Amino acid sequence: MQIDLQNINKHFGSVHANKDISLTFEEGKIIGILGENGAGKSTLMKILSGYQPATTGTILIDGNPVDYSGPLAAIAHGIGMLQQDPLDVGAFTVLENFIFGREAKTFVERLFDDLSSAKKQLNEITNRFGFQLDPELLISELSIAQRQQLEIVRLLAQNVRTLILDEPTTGISTDQKKLLFDTLRSMATEGMTILLVSHKLEEVISLCDEVAVLRAGELVGQKEMPATKSELVQMMFGEDLPVAERERKDLSKEPVLLEMRDVTVSEGRLTMQNIHLQVRRGEIIGLAGLDGSGQELLMRAAAGLHSLDAGNLFLYDANVTGASYHTMMKRGVVFCAAGRIEEGLIAGLTLTEHVALTEGAGMFIDWQGAKKETSAKIAAYNVRGRPDDNIEQLSGGNQQRVLMSLVPELPTVMILEQPMRGLDVDSAAGIWDKLLERCDSGSALIFSSPDLDEILTYSDRVLVCYAGETTMVDDPSAMTNNQLGHLIGGEFKRKS
Amino acid sequence: MTGRDFAIRFILTLIPIVLSILATSGLIVLLGGEPVAVYSTLWESAFQDQSAYAKVFNFWIPLTLAGAGLLLTFTAGLWNIGVEGQIVMGAIFASWGALFLDLPPVVLLIVNLSLAMLGGGLWGLLVGVLKTRLGVHEIFGGVALNAIANNIAIYLIAGPWEPPEGGSAQSTPPFPEASWLSEYSSDFPVSIIMLAVTIFAVILVWFLLNQTRWGLELKAVGKNARSALLLGVRTERVSLTALALGGAIAGLAGSHRVLGFYHSLRPLVSGGIGFLALLIVLLVGFRVILMPFAGFILAALFTGSTRLQTLQRIRPELVGDSSLVGVLQGLLVLMILYFNGVRERWFSNSSERATGDE
Repeated sequence: MQIDLQNINKHFGSVHANKDISLTFEEGKIIGILGENGAGKSTLMKILSGYQPATTGTILIDGNPVDYSGPLAAIAHGIGMLQQDPLDVGAFTVLENFIFGREAKTFVERLFDDLSSAKKQLNEITNRFGFQLDPELLISELSIAQRQQLEIVRLLAQNVRTLILDEPTTGISTDQKKLLFDTLRSMATEGMTILLVSHKLEEVISLCDEVAVLRAGELVGQKEMPATKSELVQMMFGEDLPVAERERKDLSKEPVLLEMRDVTVSEGRLTMQNIHLQVRRGEIIGLAGLDGSGQELLMRAAAGLHSLDAGNLFLYDANVTGASYHTMMKRGVVFCAAGRIEEGLIAGLTLTEHVALTEGAGMFIDWQGAKKETSAKIAAYNVRGRPDDNIEQLSGGNQQRVLMSLVPELPTVMILEQPMRGLDVDSAAGIWDKLLERCDSGSALIFSSPDLDEILTYSDRVLVCYAGETTMVDDPSAMTNNQLGHLIGGEFKRKS
Repeated sequence: MTGRDFAIRFILTLIPIVLSILATSGLIVLLGGEPVAVYSTLWESAFQDQSAYAKVFNFWIPLTLAGAGLLLTFTAGLWNIGVEGQIVMGAIFASWGALFLDLPPVVLLIVNLSLAMLGGGLWGLLVGVLKTRLGVHEIFGGVALNAIANNIAIYLIAGPWEPPEGGSAQSTPPFPEASWLSEYSSDFPVSIIMLAVTIFAVILVWFLLNQTRWGLELKAVGKNARSALLLGVRTERVSLTALALGGAIAGLAGSHRVLGFYHSLRPLVSGGIGFLALLIVLLVGFRVILMPFAGFILAALFTGSTRLQTLQRIRPELVGDSSLVGVLQGLLVLMILYFNGVRERWFSNSSERATGDE
C-alpha cells in the first residue's frame, strides 16, 4: 500500500507542530523520519497512526482519502504503531498477550479463546520472520527486543501493512538491535512499509532506504539513501556539527572524590560483588552494560540510595557507608535517575517551583528571584518552556534538559543515569559541553548510557557490567564500539 | 484567567448546588412535604438572628481549624484520617489544664491552648512515626489512634477525672469558670479569641504552603515523594512535621469543644468534626482560600438540620422526613465532586498544549 500525506497541519494551542507537510511513503520501503527534539516527528506519526487527529490535511491510502477516529481504525486501515514502551502484561505468557490483541471472529471465539488456533497463527508469523518467541514464556522473562517482536506480531496478526516505530532502540542492547533490524528488513522484503522515527543517525544510515527530515514542524528535505552522517546532520540542523572529541588528561595525581571499596550490593536476583571504584577529581567514568547488568544498582549504591551488603563507601576520604542520600547530597553527591518524570521531576510543579526547591536556602522563598533564576536556566539549557509551565507540559527532551539544569553547579560527584535519554545529537552535545566544563572545574561524573559511542567518546575510564561482574577499561580511546559491544555481552575472559 | 474561563468556572460551581437543591425538593414533594417551608426553616435556623449565627460560628470554628490542619497533611500526600483523634487529644490535654491548673485567666488560656496543640501534635506525630518507622499506612494508624484517643477520654471521664459526686461516665465535672473561653455577649455567645485564632490559622496555613520552603517541600513530597527525595528533600521529616503541625491545629479545635462549648470533657467530644473537615478539604480540592467558606456552608446546614428535626416533631406534614438534610448534604457532596471532575476535564482539554516530541 502507498500512503500519501497531503498538507498536514497540527496546532497545539499556539504551537504549530506540523506545518503543511506533504509526503509519500511507498510500499516495501524503510523510511527514516529524522529531526531534532520538537521537530514534529512524533506528532506526524501520531496523526498517521490515529493517536491524534490532524488540524487540517488529508491522508490517502492507495489514493483513497481516509479519515480515522483512533488507533484501532488506523490498524483497520493497515497502519500500526509500535509503542516505545511495549503494551503488554508482564504476568501473562506470550500466547496470552497475543490473544489480547487478536480480534475474535466468532461469538464462540469471543467467549472461549481458541488457544490452538491462536498458537498456530502466532507460530506462523514468528516462523515467517524468524522470531524467537516461545509462546509459553512469561512476558517478564523476555528482553525488550523480544517484547517488541511480540508487539510486531500482534500488529501483523491484525493485517498491518505499514509499521511505525518511534525510537525503537531506546534502552536495548546491540544484539537486540540487530535482531530488530533484521526483522524490519525481512518485513520490508515482504512488501511492508516501515517508518522509523529516530535521532540516531547511524541506525538510519544502516537501515533506511530513504529519509524525510523535519525541522521546526516543516518538511525540509527528502533523500534517497545512502547518505553520509554529515549530510544528514546538515539537513537536520542546517549546519555541520563538529564531531565531539574529548581531550583526555592525566588524572592519576588528582585526589579521589568517591571510592567504593570491596563493595557487595544486591537487588532481587542480581548480586554484584567486589566492586572497587575510585573516581578522581575531573574524571568521567562511563558505565556500559546490557539492561539489568547492574549499572543502575551500582550507581544507586554509590549515591547512598541503596544499602551495601558489604564493603565501604568513601567520599572525600570520609567513610560514608550507610549515609542517607540527603547526607550524601549535602556533601556534594547528586544522582539523577533515567525515569525523569517518575523519578527526578515532579509532575504538578512548575519549572520555577523545581528551581526554588533545589536552590537557595532559608525558610522563605523568594519567588521573584527563583523565577529569574529559572529564566536564566531556560536560556542556558535551551529549554522550550516557560517558568510557569508545569513540568509535565514539556516534551521529554525538554524535561531532560530541565533535570540536567537542576544539577548543582558546585564541584560535585555527579551520578547520572542515561543523562542524554531522549535528546537529539545537538542538545546532547550542548549538555555534554556543560558537564565537561563542570568536570574541568573540579567535579567528577559517573554516567550510564545505552549508547556505546557516547561512552567511548566521553569517558576517561569505562566500567563494564556484565551479570553482576565489573571490569574496568582503562583506556577507552583505544577501543572500538565493536570491541566494547563484545565486552558488555560477557566476553571478558576471551580478551584477558 | 480570561473572563470566559471565569464565567465557566462560576457556572460549573453553581450547577451542582442548584441541582442538589432541586433533587432534594423533588424528594420533599414526593414525601408530601413543602420544599419552601423546609428551605426557609433551614435558612432561618442559620441566619435568623445573632444566636443563630452564633451556633453556626461555634460549629464553624472547630471545623475550620481541623480543615486547616488537614490542608497541610493533604498537601504532603497524607490521608490524615487520624484528625478525629487529634481533636480528641487536644481536648483531653486542654481539659487537664482546665481542671488542674490554677493560673491567672489570660495565662491559663494561653497554657490551655498550647496544651491542646501539644496533645493534637503528639497524636499526629505518632501517626507519622508509625508510618515512617514501622511502615503502618497513615489511614490504618489514624483509625486505630482515633479509637484509642476516644477510649482514653472515656477512661479519664469514668476513672481519674470522675466528678466527686460519682460519675455516670457522661462527663468530667464542669471546669472552673476561669478556664472558659469568654463569650462576646449573651446574644452572640462566640469566643472572639477563637474566631481570631481560626482566621489566623487559615492565613498561616496559606502562608506556609505558598511562601515557605517547607510548604513547597510538602507539595513536592505530596506529588512525588521519590522525586522529592532525589531533589534533596528530607521526605520523612516533611511527613512527620506536616502531621505534627496539622495535628496541633486540629488539637486547637478540640480545645474549643471543651473550653468553649461543653465546659467539660465528654466522650466522643469531637462528634465527627474531623471527618466532616476531611470532606470539606476534599470538596474544595485542597484550595486554602475556599475552605473556610465551604466550611461555613456545611456548618450552616448542620445547624439547620437540628432545627428541622424540631420542626418535624411539631408539623410533620411540612417536612416529610427530617433526614432530608442528610440527603441534601450527600447530594451536594456528590454533585460538587462530580462537577469538579467535569471542570477539570473542561480545562485540561481547552488548554491542551504541545507536548512536542522526541
